[in-house]
Amino acid sequence: MALFVALRLLYLVPVLIAVSLLTFSIASLLPGDLAMTILADQATSENLAALRHDMGLDLPIWQRYFTWLGHILQGDFGRSFRTGQTVLQAVAERLPVSIELMLLAQLGALAIGVPLAIVCAARSGGPFDRFMTGTAFAMLSVPTFLSAILLIYLFAVELRWLPATGYVPFAEDPLGNLRFMVLPSLTLALAEWPSIMRILRSDMIATLQEDYISLAKAKGLTPARILFVHALKPSSLTLVTITGINIGRLIGGALIVETIFALPGIGRLLVGAILTRDLIILQGVVLLVAAGFVIINFIVDLLYAVLDPRIRHGHA
Amino acid sequence: MTGRPLLSVEDVAVDLPTPRGNLRAVDRVNLTVGAGQTLGVVGESGCGKTMLSRAILQLLPKKAKLTGRAIFDGQDLVSLDREKLRKLRGRSLAVVFQDPMTSLNPVLTIGTQLIETLQEHLGLDLAATRKRSVELLAAVGIPAPEQRLMQYPHQLSGGMRQRVAIAIALSCEPKLLIADEPTTALDVTIQAQILDLLAREQRRRHMAMILITHDLGVVAGRTDEVAVMYAGRVVERAPTPALFKKMRMPYTEALLAAIPKLDAAPHTVLPAISGRPPDPTRPLKGCSFSPRCRYAVARCHGEKPELTEAETPAHQFACFHPIEMPAAVPA
Amino acid sequence: MATLELDLAEEAVSAPPRKGRRLGWLFWAAIGWMVFVFALAIFATVLPIADPAAMDMLERRAPFSAAHWLGTDGLGRDELSRLIYGARVSLVVGLCAPVIGLTIGGALGMLSGYFGGRFGSFVVGTMDVLLAFPPLILVLAVIAYVGQSIFNLTLILGVLGIPAFMRVARAATLTLSRREFVIAAQALGASHARILLRELLPNVILPLFAFFLLGVAITIVVEGSLSFLGLGVPPPVASWGSMIGEGRESLDIAPRLAFMPAIAMFLTVLSFNLVGDTLRALTDPRQGAL
Repeated sequence: MALFVALRLLYLVPVLIAVSLLTFSIASLLPGDLAMTILADQATSENLAALRHDMGLDLPIWQRYFTWLGHILQGDFGRSFRTGQTVLQAVAERLPVSIELMLLAQLGALAIGVPLAIVCAARSGGPFDRFMTGTAFAMLSVPTFLSAILLIYLFAVELRWLPATGYVPFAEDPLGNLRFMVLPSLTLALAEWPSIMRILRSDMIATLQEDYISLAKAKGLTPARILFVHALKPSSLTLVTITGINIGRLIGGALIVETIFALPGIGRLLVGAILTRDLIILQGVVLLVAAGFVIINFIVDLLYAVLDPRIRHGHA
Repeated sequence: MTGRPLLSVEDVAVDLPTPRGNLRAVDRVNLTVGAGQTLGVVGESGCGKTMLSRAILQLLPKKAKLTGRAIFDGQDLVSLDREKLRKLRGRSLAVVFQDPMTSLNPVLTIGTQLIETLQEHLGLDLAATRKRSVELLAAVGIPAPEQRLMQYPHQLSGGMRQRVAIAIALSCEPKLLIADEPTTALDVTIQAQILDLLAREQRRRHMAMILITHDLGVVAGRTDEVAVMYAGRVVERAPTPALFKKMRMPYTEALLAAIPKLDAAPHTVLPAISGRPPDPTRPLKGCSFSPRCRYAVARCHGEKPELTEAETPAHQFACFHPIEMPAAVPA
Repeated sequence: MATLELDLAEEAVSAPPRKGRRLGWLFWAAIGWMVFVFALAIFATVLPIADPAAMDMLERRAPFSAAHWLGTDGLGRDELSRLIYGARVSLVVGLCAPVIGLTIGGALGMLSGYFGGRFGSFVVGTMDVLLAFPPLILVLAVIAYVGQSIFNLTLILGVLGIPAFMRVARAATLTLSRREFVIAAQALGASHARILLRELLPNVILPLFAFFLLGVAITIVVEGSLSFLGLGVPPPVASWGSMIGEGRESLDIAPRLAFMPAIAMFLTVLSFNLVGDTLRALTDPRQGAL
C-alpha cells in the first residue's frame, strides 16, 4: 500500500510543474501589457518603464518564470494592486465558502442520485426506471445557470421561502448560513445528480447479473442486504470515479452559482478579478485552483485502493 | 428409496424467448431425490442441466417462462411466495456453483459471506457465528481457519475457494445440496478431493444431493441414481449400478466410451461423439440424438421417443431401439 | 461450460429490446427542432421580423400582441427577433468551437493512436495537463487576458475541446487499428497516409461526429453561462445566454423574458444531446455496431 501511494505521489510532481508552467504562460505570453493595465489612465512612457522594471517584466521570460516560481514556493503569491491584500489572504478568506458550497452540493447530488440509481437498477426496464432515466437525460441539458434562475423564481420570487442572494458565515449564524446555502447548493446538486445516477445505475445493473448475486439470492439473504451490501459495494468504485471526474465541473459550476447568488467565495473572487483586471489575483487564484484540482484527483485515486481490495493487493 | 421423496420435479419446462425464436432449455423433466440420496445429472454443455438447477432454485433469468412443479419437502417451489422461498433458500436448500471465483463476492471477506448466512437463518449473535464459521472452515479442510475469515476470495487458491463455497452451503445444515459442476473449474488434482469432501459431508449430515456434471466418470460410485440429459430432456434414468451395467440409450453408451480408462493402452484414441447438440430454437421432429446416433433408423428421425421402463420401474430410457448388451464398468 | 450455457441464454434474451427502439420519434423530433432553429438563424435577415436593436421605450416589457408576437424586452426591443438573432450567435459559437476541437483533436488523436510510441505518449501527456485545469477557470483566465469577443471566445472554447476529441479519435483508432482491414492494407504495402485517410478516417469520423454533436451541446451551455454572467459575447451583441441574464432583472414582473430564451436554449441543447447520444450508441466501434 505504501508503495502504491509513493508511486502516485511521484507522478503528481511533474503534473504540478506543468500546471504552473501553463498558468504562467497564459499570463505572460498572451497579448496584454500588465503594466499598462495597472497604470491605465495614468500611464506615461516613464512610469510604464519604471513599473515594468520594478515588476521584473523586462527580464527574459525563463528568468521571470523561475523568479515567480521561487516566490510561489515560499508562499508569496503576490499582492493585489487594487485591494492591497495578498493572494493567499484573499483566498483564505473565501475558501470556506466555496468548500461549503461544493460539499453541500456533492452531498445533495449523492443523496438524490444514489437512491434513485439503486431503485432503478433493482427495477430496471420498468416504468419508474424509464421515467427516471429520461428525466436524468433531460436534466443534463439544463445548464446550471438555468436551474439557478428557475429555483430563484420559484422559491425566492413566487413562494418567498428562501433568499435569492446573500451570505452569513456558519460560525456566526448556522441556521442563517444554511438558509442562504440551500438554493445555491440545490442548484449545483441538480446539475450533478444525473451523471451520478446514470453511471451508478448501469454499473449496478451489470453487477446484478454477476454470479455472486445469484449465490447471494440462493443463500436466502434479504433483497435489501443483496442490494446494499453485495451489489452496491462493488459498484461504489464507479461512484468514486464519477465524483472525482465531476469535481472539475463542480468547480466551474460553483463559480457560476457564487456569482448568481452573490456568495463571497473563490469563484466570485475570480470573476471580480477579471472585471477589475486584477491580473495578479487572477494568476494566483488560477494556479491555486488548478493545483488543488490535481491534488483532489490524486486523493480520489487513493480512494480506489481503499474500496477495491484487489487493487490494494496488486490483482487488478 | 422409501416414503415420499424429498424433492420431486414434475413436468418442469423452461422456455426462453430469443430473437431467433423460442428456446426450450428444459423439456418436461421429471426427477425425484429421496432424503439422504444422491442424484447425478449428466449431460454435455447446453443440454439444459444448469437451467434445470436454476429452475428448481427459482433463479432463472427474468424473461424465462417456467412451467411444472418442484415439490420440495411438501411445498411447491414454483408457486411458493417470495418470503417463504427466501427462508428455505440457504437453510434447507443450498447450492454450490461451478466457478468459485465468480460465485463469491470479491469485495467482501470470507468471514462476512459465511457469517451473513448464519445470522440470517439461525439468528445467532456475532460471537457464536464466528465460532461456527471457524468450525465450518476446518470441517471442509481449510488450514488456519481463523485467519481466513479476514481474507478475500482472491487471496485463496481455486480449490480453497470452492471449499469455502461448500462451507457456506453447508452452514445451516441443508436437507438438499445442489452442486452444479462443482469441480469443472478446478485443477484435476483437486477435483477428486472436492468430490470426496462433498460425499463425506453428505453422509455425515444425511443430506440429499444433486450432483450435476458433464463427466459420467464423476458420478460412478458417488451417486445412488443417475439421470442422463440431452437437448433439454431426460433420456435415461436408472440407479447407478444399473446404468453402468445395463445402459440402454446409445447416447449413454457414447458418453461412457468417451471417458478415458486407466487400463487402456497409451495413446488410445478417445471415441468422441461426432456432430453437435441440436439448435434448441429449432427442435427436431424425431429423437434429438438421432443425427449423431449410430443405431438410428427411420423411425428415430420421424417420431420422438417417450420414457419407457426397462426391467425395473426405476430404470427408464427414451429410445426406439435400446442397447440390450451390458457394458463394462469404467475404471 | 455450464456457465457459458446460462450466459448465452441470458444474452440472447436480453438482446432484443434495445435494437428495435433506435430511431424513435424523439430522435426525429430533435432533428426537426434543430432544422427549425437553423433555418430561422440562417434566414434571419430575410424574415419579416422587426429589427432586434430597435428600441421602443413606450412598449417596454409589453405582453404578447399582434405587433410583437412574443412581447418586448426591458428596452422595448422585439423579443421574437431578438430570440432569432440570439440563436445566430449561440449557434455560431456553438458550432465553430467544436469544429476546432474536431479537426485538431481528431487529427492528433488519429496520429497518436496509429503511430503510438513516444509521440503518442507525449500527445496524451500534453492533453492530460490541459485537462488538469477545471475548464471554466481556464476559459475565464484566458478571456481576462485577451479580452472579450466572439472570435476569442470561439477560439478558446475550441482549444479547450481538443483533448476530448483527441481521446475519442485515439480510442477509435486504437480499436480499429487492430482489425483485419488495417492489417491487410499494411500487408499490401499501403503508405501510412493512405491507411490513415482511406481506411481509418471514414470509420473514425462517425464516432467523432457523434461526439461533435455532444460538443455543440456543451459549447452552447458554456457560452450561455459566460454570456449570462456578462463574460461571454460582448454587449451589444446578444446571445441566448445574455438574454437570460438580462431577463433575470425582470423575474418578478416579467419572468417570460428570462424563460423564453431559456426554453429555446434547453430545447436546442436537448436536441443536440439526443441526436449525439443516439449516434454515439450506433457508431461506437468498440461495440462492434458497424
